[in-house]
Amino acid sequence: MALELKNVSKRVGAATHIHETSLVLEPGTFNVLLGTTLAGKTTLMQLMAGLERPTSGEIWFAGHNVTGVAVQKRNVSMVYQQFINYANFTVYDNIASPLRVAGISAREIDSRVNEAAELLRLSPMLKRRPSELSGGQQQRTAIARAIVKDSDIILLDEPLANLDYKLREELRDELPKLFAGRDCIVVYATTEPSEALLFGGKTATLFEGRVTQFGPTSEIYRHPNTLTSARVFSDPPINVAEVRKVNGDIILGDKVKWKVGRAAQALADGAYTIAIRPHHIIPTNGSQEKATIEGRVLVAELSGSESVIHFDMNGQTWVSQSHGIHPFEVGSTAKLHVDVDRSYFFDANGALVGGAG
Amino acid sequence: MLPIYWLLNMSFKTTNEILGGFSLYPHNFTFDNYAKILTDPSWYMGYVNSIEYVVINTVLSVSVALPAAYAFSRYRFLGDKHLFFWLLTNRMAPPAVFALPFFQLYSEVGLFDTPWAVALSHTLFNIPLAVWILEGFMSGVPKALDETAFVDGYSFWRFFLRIFIPTIAAGIGVACFFCFMFSWVELLLAKTLTAVAAKPIAAVMTKTASTSGYELGLLAAAGSLTLIPGAVVIYFVRNYIAKGFALGRV
Repeated sequence: MALELKNVSKRVGAATHIHETSLVLEPGTFNVLLGTTLAGKTTLMQLMAGLERPTSGEIWFAGHNVTGVAVQKRNVSMVYQQFINYANFTVYDNIASPLRVAGISAREIDSRVNEAAELLRLSPMLKRRPSELSGGQQQRTAIARAIVKDSDIILLDEPLANLDYKLREELRDELPKLFAGRDCIVVYATTEPSEALLFGGKTATLFEGRVTQFGPTSEIYRHPNTLTSARVFSDPPINVAEVRKVNGDIILGDKVKWKVGRAAQALADGAYTIAIRPHHIIPTNGSQEKATIEGRVLVAELSGSESVIHFDMNGQTWVSQSHGIHPFEVGSTAKLHVDVDRSYFFDANGALVGGAG
Repeated sequence: MLPIYWLLNMSFKTTNEILGGFSLYPHNFTFDNYAKILTDPSWYMGYVNSIEYVVINTVLSVSVALPAAYAFSRYRFLGDKHLFFWLLTNRMAPPAVFALPFFQLYSEVGLFDTPWAVALSHTLFNIPLAVWILEGFMSGVPKALDETAFVDGYSFWRFFLRIFIPTIAAGIGVACFFCFMFSWVELLLAKTLTAVAAKPIAAVMTKTASTSGYELGLLAAAGSLTLIPGAVVIYFVRNYIAKGFALGRV
């Protein structure tokens, strides 16, 4: 019952929304599509759902070519970023609507709707209209409608993006439980790397209409295959610089130099691009071998238990993210320590050649 | 308010009192004018005819405009913007331009002097207007609603009738209102395309004025009654109109 995209692409006029993509999504998995706005997440989902036809390539489900099969016949569900419900139906009728269309008996509809409403804690609101609910409850209604019909594929397009912080956390905790034990393929689009890490499962990183990498989430996070994938899967943005490896030393600019660690041991001498995650640049020096860098502080944000410092590094803005409160004056020079063993090295084509997360 | 008051004032006077001199209120208060209109078929049939073609026209215009507006709001096709604009330009031409072609055409096909003649000729102006109004309301509904319904298994027409139309009920109310009002107040085509059987009230009124002298009281009563349907329609759609204004299309 796997969903397979075979060399699928989507062009609209002169614009290419999805470059040739091949993906296999297994049943019972939680798949995250991670990418910025306009990376092609929504288009990819519409192709999976059958709402859009691919310009080229084929879509297979459970061993059958479903490329030309209408969306109504595909047994998929979709939840959008905007809270989409049928305004003229009650919550009950909203949840029941896909079952009614499918011609299921009233008694079974009733038990399934109540079960879904129970799961999403909507039972007291079943008689109300969507407009009388809070944003969180409206989105719960949409999710209930998506799970009630036992779809083969459930597509969630940034479902939490329009919710406020508190409701988002709440629903984010519940989501994996809703799908646990179901044999369906869940696809979840998000712009936030932290959500991908939270859900685990598998992640596909998307950039400008291309899937740059696909695999188990932690694997993708630890071993981004390209600089692009590393960039997509980092928030705040990953820090990038040009370095040279000369005689067992890594040289960054004219001042910073450190002994080659295990990250770059196997590399030949030459020019590389280095990428360092923000939380591997910290104000305190621990026990591990670290390189020390200095930069003029541009912005210093202290949020709760975390310090985020944006500083100038040889003309580029770098970010340091650390636990605890580390106040820095804007304009002063910050001395920061880089966990060099945790850095990534990419060659001139942007492919990963060294480094471990 | 003054002309409306004066109209009502006159409608309760006898013609002699109206012509006799200036009076702010009817001294010899009378319902005779209304009684005559409501009992004489040559009068009240005018209202029946008018309402008949106005209702036909409104239903026709809005039901044709609904799918058209959906196409304009949901699909991009070759020349869609030009077609949309061309539809609106129909609305800019004065009805007189079309009086002759319609007269000739309807005489040929035997539609002359029927409510359908007037109703169909008014669609020329009302369909573009209704398309324009409805397109605005439809574009305010996210396309994700359509997609959600299709994903849920709804066929296009089931979605359109069961979900989409109720969702844009306010827009349909506003479109009906404007179609109704245009058709109700339009005189030239209505008069040209009818003779006896389907004569609208406005035409009845002008004829009475010219044949049996000036029956001003009667005329005023007819005028007062003519205001009623408009007032009733406005009462029912007033909330929708407010919404329509808020959405910026009306």
